[in-house]
Amino acid sequence: MTRDEMQATILRVLGEIAPEADFARLDPRVSFRDQLDLDSMDVLNFVIGLHTAFGVDIPEADYAKLATLEGCLAYLQVPCAAART
Amino acid sequence: MPTLGADMQAGTLIEWRKQVGDRVARGEIIAEVETDKGLIEIEVFTPGVIERLVVAPGEQVPVGTVLAIIREDGTPVETGAAMQSTTSAVVAPASVPTAAQPMPPAMTPPTTGTRVRASPAARARAAERGIDLSTVVGSGPGGVIEREDVERAAAVGEGRAGAAPAGAPPETATSERQTRMRQTIAAAMARSKREIPHYYLAQTIDMQRTTAWLADANARRPVTERLLAGILLIKAVALALREVPELNGTWSEDGARVRSDVHVGVAIGLRQGGVVVPALHDVDRRTIDDLMQGFRDLVTRARRGSLRSSELSESTITVTSLGEQGVETVFGVIYPPQLAIVGFGKIVERPWAVAGQAVVRPVVTATLAADHRVTDGHRGGLFLAAIDRLLQAPERL
Repeated sequence: MTRDEMQATILRVLGEIAPEADFARLDPRVSFRDQLDLDSMDVLNFVIGLHTAFGVDIPEADYAKLATLEGCLAYLQVPCAAART
Repeated sequence: MPTLGADMQAGTLIEWRKQVGDRVARGEIIAEVETDKGLIEIEVFTPGVIERLVVAPGEQVPVGTVLAIIREDGTPVETGAAMQSTTSAVVAPASVPTAAQPMPPAMTPPTTGTRVRASPAARARAAERGIDLSTVVGSGPGGVIEREDVERAAAVGEGRAGAAPAGAPPETATSERQTRMRQTIAAAMARSKREIPHYYLAQTIDMQRTTAWLADANARRPVTERLLAGILLIKAVALALREVPELNGTWSEDGARVRSDVHVGVAIGLRQGGVVVPALHDVDRRTIDDLMQGFRDLVTRARRGSLRSSELSESTITVTSLGEQGVETVFGVIYPPQLAIVGFGKIVERPWAVAGQAVVRPVVTATLAADHRVTDGHRGGLFLAAIDRLLQAPERL
């Protein structure tokens, strides 16, 4: 999966949770929670969505690393790269 | 048309899911109705066979209007005016169910010729506003018409005068729904502040044990089965109500009606604005895992705008948590006709004294706003203390 494909998948998962969000204006370095007004249930559903889409297990202690788009890309790059080899 | 909240006045029938002649069981979805809370699935209260669908899709009708006639099993087929007295109509007095009957009995509007049962206040108000009491559906015990019912009927009458003609396409635009939701919230909250003498209590609770138990439990669970702290708080509220049951129930003209079933209304904020408060049923009797699953489902459907009628009308207490953005203390406004609302703020780390030493602990502020006509601060204090005690043994929740 390329970086662009990863980003598209992450935004698709996010779009299912916050369908009204305008991703064109999303700052990749600022937390989704602050930009999209997500609550803890949304965050849990987002993590479940990433788990399903990328097939990775995400411990609760790692949720903080998934707070921003950049954070998600960095976190998911490792399992995605491993899947390619 | 069931009332799906204290101040709902009308709803638009979108679709019948059943046809005349169909057999329906209790709890089955019979119709879909558009309200300011979104599309609501209407459940059947009385099993039987559908005899007549009275309201057509696209029609907007006031709360209390008969939507359909269901012939109860064992009841002979009859016609004419007598029909309504021997059959059950699909209208629900669901905002004030009685303790003895988990599912409220179906209610029919008083038929002509029988004495209209109404409270003195309702009679006076009806005379004042020129409302025919035989056209009003009562929400009081046994279908007695109360002042609120007259007000509602009067307001609906006024609203309809300038409203779109019947049969016009239902308003589905989000902005219109939001406007109506705002009006509904305004009416309910204004009524609460006008009629309910609130008292407020707060208690800060050490959450060390609960958060540690939660982190440990979640570390051992797949992501799809993980728990949120909120569900433990909701369960603790339900169990604490066993100790102070008089906070759980509804108010009517006759006074408080304490309920033995604990249906917790959970306040769910909508990002587009507004809030809905659907009920999680029988919280005190369900496991944490079952509750978590139900809670996730409820939040998902609330945001999508597809809740069921029983979820919007049967809450016996409300829990609101505004900690998501950092709020530490919630001063709640009771959702009529309930008797209390419990608020939780954000779980935050604070200095905390333990055995003479200052330590850092995660704490949460629990608040209670309760109806002073029904309970006093002393009982409210015991309730918050019970929540605190229950959260010190999270494994038993």
